[in-house]
Amino acid sequence: MNLLMLDIVDPFRDWLLSFGAIGLLVWIVLKVLAIAVPVIITVAFYVVWERKLIGWMHVRHGPMYVGMGVLQAFADVFKLLFKEVIQPSSAQRALFILAPLITLVPAFAAWAVVPFDAKLVLSNANAGLLYLLAMTSLGVYGIMIAGWASNSKYAFLGAMRAAAQVVSYEIAMGFAMVGVLIAAGSLNLTDIVMAQAGDAGPFEWFWFPLLPLFVVYFVSGVAETNRAPFDVVEGESEIVAGHMVEYSGSQFALFFLSEYANMILISFLTSIFFMGGWLSPLHGMGIPLLSVDGWWWLFAKVFFFASCFIWFRASFPRYRYDQIMRLGWKVFIPITIVWIFVTALMAYYGVFEAGR
Amino acid sequence: MGTAANANGAMGKKMVHYFRSLLLLELLQGLWLTLKYLFRPKYTLMYPMEKTPQSPRFRGLHALRRYPNGEERCIACKLCEAVCPALAITIDSEQRADGTRRTTRYDIDLFKCIYCGFCEESCPVDSIVETHVLEYHFDQRGQNVLTKPQLLAIGDRFEADIASRRAADAPYR
Repeated sequence: MNLLMLDIVDPFRDWLLSFGAIGLLVWIVLKVLAIAVPVIITVAFYVVWERKLIGWMHVRHGPMYVGMGVLQAFADVFKLLFKEVIQPSSAQRALFILAPLITLVPAFAAWAVVPFDAKLVLSNANAGLLYLLAMTSLGVYGIMIAGWASNSKYAFLGAMRAAAQVVSYEIAMGFAMVGVLIAAGSLNLTDIVMAQAGDAGPFEWFWFPLLPLFVVYFVSGVAETNRAPFDVVEGESEIVAGHMVEYSGSQFALFFLSEYANMILISFLTSIFFMGGWLSPLHGMGIPLLSVDGWWWLFAKVFFFASCFIWFRASFPRYRYDQIMRLGWKVFIPITIVWIFVTALMAYYGVFEAGR
Repeated sequence: MGTAANANGAMGKKMVHYFRSLLLLELLQGLWLTLKYLFRPKYTLMYPMEKTPQSPRFRGLHALRRYPNGEERCIACKLCEAVCPALAITIDSEQRADGTRRTTRYDIDLFKCIYCGFCEESCPVDSIVETHVLEYHFDQRGQNVLTKPQLLAIGDRFEADIASRRAADAPYR
């Protein structure tokens, strides 16, 4: 399938590039759309899945009337888009408009280096991991600017909480990535997945030697995207909706979109870093069909982790703010530092050699 | 020595607690619970299509009843007006040409009414009753006050149902 895609895509690109600068521009826009449009559609259906799954866990049905609930995705989107965009009179106008975009752009830009299959990646950057760290950290600026520009105390408190929380968990997340980096010996995401290939199937994947880092990474990811149980940034019982409180209609939709795009991104990254990406769990066992690696394995893993986000939301009460800070600074960061050391020892004594 | 042992015990407890929370045991229990609930049959009642069973004592929209010969039951004794805790009932009365006392006005303000059923209990002639009707609405201000003709009309419309429900409940009254 990959070869087929390359056979079609490569001549098409060459044909476009033959038009010069305009062709190049069209090619870049097409590449952007190739990622952005599926992400947006996935977000829409992810919201439906969230409402359904939470409903089932609450022993109720969830949305079930608009197209058996599936078309609720479009109902939600169009409702948001057709609502009036309101701006507070005391808001800082330019920044107020800019803030949702600043949140949205990194959430989408990060997808550039995410590999979907062995050859299926928009930009096979060598420093993909660094690029991801940079992009996922940028999102917090949008939240802070939104909170400040709204000129509302709720939005401002939300922005303050977001700044402290996201920055603290960024560190634990970065350290967990360092463990992966040591184990894989590469910053390139495709190489990281291929470093997890081996005959032992799932036990070659990094979740096994890097189990603490895996847990820390995913939990930090939940905190990073401000999802329950770490959603004090929105904390509807205390500060209404945090930084989003003054936003309505399509501007709010942009925040919503970037939050869910980030959740799916974290699910992708967890699958790629720790769960072997597109590698089959029966890799190397020679079973027809099931042992074949491919994007469907990646998508199945992503689906599991994305559902975990919802599962957590249905299960856990919200952390108190000081508990969040304690967990980030006094538990996760020490654990990651210790395990980076252990990982370094494992790498030194050749534990990861087999997978290479 | 004793204090040192106690300190060790407290320390040990603290360590055990520390590792229990580090292994996320309680959180995993919570996740397991929600996972079990995920597969439970749903409690949801598909409301417009399905409805919950009602007791014969159900207290819904009010009605004034008539005797089988068509004469209204209400004798304007005003017991219901007196007992109504929400002061929702207003009654005016007069002496009719045949010498009986009858109401000229019988208003119930449904915004005030708390559906306690005291009016029904106080009524000596079973005139004011609360029916099983629970689905009704007002689209204009003022429609919340039910007048005597409206109450009698409701009573006429649901008389068979009211009578059967009262018969079903009679042994327990």
